[in-house]
Amino acid sequence: MAFALPGARPRKSAKRRRGLFVPAILLLPALIWLVFFFVVPTIALASQSLQTGSIYQGFQFTWAFSNYTEALSTYWSQMVRSFIYAASATVFTLAIGFPLAWFIAHRSGRFKNIVLVLVVAPFFTNFLIRTLAWQTILVDGGFVANVMKATGITGFLNWIGLVPNDSLLGSPFAVICGLIYNFLPFMVLPLYTSVERIDQRYLDAAADLYSNGWNTFWKVIWPLSLPGVVAGTLLTFIPAVGDYINAKILGNANTTMVGKVIESEFLVNLNYPIAAALSFVLMIIIIVMVSAYVRAAGTEELV
Amino acid sequence: MQRIATGELRLVELSRHYGDFVAVDGIDLDVPAGSFFALLGPSGCGKTTTLRMVAGLEEPSAGRIMLGADDITNTRAHQRRVNTVFQSYALFPHLSIIDNVGFGLRRLKVADWKSKAMEALAMVKLADRANQRPRQLSGGMQQRVALARAIVNRPEILLLDEPLGALDLKLRREMQIELKRIQSEVGITFIHVTHDQEEAMTMADTVAVMRDGHIEQLGAPAELYDRPATAFVANFLGKSNLIPIELIEPGVAVITAVTPGVKIPVAPQTIPATISEGLHLGIRPEKVHLASGGVQDDRPQLVGQVSDVSFTGVSTDYLVRLEWGQEFTLTQPNDGTSRARLGERVTLTWDPKQAFVVGAD
Repeated sequence: MAFALPGARPRKSAKRRRGLFVPAILLLPALIWLVFFFVVPTIALASQSLQTGSIYQGFQFTWAFSNYTEALSTYWSQMVRSFIYAASATVFTLAIGFPLAWFIAHRSGRFKNIVLVLVVAPFFTNFLIRTLAWQTILVDGGFVANVMKATGITGFLNWIGLVPNDSLLGSPFAVICGLIYNFLPFMVLPLYTSVERIDQRYLDAAADLYSNGWNTFWKVIWPLSLPGVVAGTLLTFIPAVGDYINAKILGNANTTMVGKVIESEFLVNLNYPIAAALSFVLMIIIIVMVSAYVRAAGTEELV
Repeated sequence: MQRIATGELRLVELSRHYGDFVAVDGIDLDVPAGSFFALLGPSGCGKTTTLRMVAGLEEPSAGRIMLGADDITNTRAHQRRVNTVFQSYALFPHLSIIDNVGFGLRRLKVADWKSKAMEALAMVKLADRANQRPRQLSGGMQQRVALARAIVNRPEILLLDEPLGALDLKLRREMQIELKRIQSEVGITFIHVTHDQEEAMTMADTVAVMRDGHIEQLGAPAELYDRPATAFVANFLGKSNLIPIELIEPGVAVITAVTPGVKIPVAPQTIPATISEGLHLGIRPEKVHLASGGVQDDRPQLVGQVSDVSFTGVSTDYLVRLEWGQEFTLTQPNDGTSRARLGERVTLTWDPKQAFVVGAD
């Protein structure tokens, strides 16, 4: 290298000297964190789920697989309900979030950053307080309840079983509303980053090639948004399945989700093995569903 | 709803305004069916806006767009039998090459879209790339895919928006020849937008020179080159030497750049009937002959001093400083005749019928 800077080391030896030392040092904090706060607790939880005994007499590890059958036979309805609620909430957050993300990315002009901040703004308030606020929003005799009753929406929701009696609160409807509201930003932000990269010229090309709005959306916009759709739905669905705050605050005994069950088994019934078994089942179902979903979406093919 | 494909396009007082800015200012244009038509102009002259209005991607502020006998002004882009080759190609990155080419045919519900798309790919010599993605192809290949994707639909009109702009010179020349071949093969009306005058002249049957939202001049390339109507056209299409003149009697003008004015013969048929003020005599660099001595006959002649000589191989380019300081460009073929040297006093002469007269710009 005739033009190397004075004092510059040849690249080759610098590379060899660095070796694996720097990456190892940089990864170490994360590795330590994961080992202590993920790997160890997961093993502890797995072990707990196979123990018998009680908190007063102590637990013994006895390969008690009966904990799993007991947990599932007692709480299968809460488990199924959790997946149904989380799935509906995910579908609705996607339906609401997609147009919003598109608007922010392509139509908000110089207000783009302000609108993005507004999407994140609810995070400045505590999760619990925001959910409690929905009690006020949906309260009997309140504005929303009155308008929905007058327009017959409450009647319709009652007919499809989302509002069991006349009250909006304490219903599956209220719980799903809470989930949609709380997880909307987690859907919008990944969608926004995906949708923002879609060149408007693809839309011109689609229109030029005889696509109406419907075809342009499903043949061009949707496939190009898939990475954001996958990220957003995962960020919404996974925490929503295990959520217990919304079901607790906005629901009633008939809307209990599996997160709430795990919480009371741990903290109220002090039945640690059952709680651990439920947690494990939930985790495994989610992992299986998510891997199937990611494979089906085929996002690795996309740029 | 089947209509007879004519491929004849007519624009009637077509305009596009963006607030106060007038991008296209009431242009009238007839593009005959099956022709290779070029819209030529500098950037910002409104040529791309015009093209997008024909495609239906931009709404006109006023005026009409006629395709054959049909008024298509108020139809949507996807309803027009018009296809575009975009400047950036805009190939769909999530689709394979064959799916990109078949995209329009599938929307049109053509049953054998796949074989038609393969035929189109074969025409642009890319049949072996059918299952690859656009990003795996080079720029020139992507360009040909974009062409195949548009042409496979057999549109009445094919619009090309600076399709060769991103290619290097050699590839551009190849594609120019390729485009001409394809156009004569399929017989579709091509409307080609470009700012490259050489590209427009080599490819198109008819060229419309645009400037500031209107059409400055329209005609066959040779006609535009030999008889430019304005100083703008004279300078945009090739080089011109423009000398300010005033007509004093039929066939004789006087050069107003110097006092006393130099008399110079002008062919009457080159003088435009409508303009009388601020006339300029225009002479193309290659139409001037260089003579080291004086010229006897009554041809126009100007005297100057060679201020620059550059040898280009086929020819030699000279700059000659005239007595009033204007630099005159001329090109002489290297045909064995002796070449002038730097600083030499020379006489320039030309055939008056080869010159042209334009108004001030």
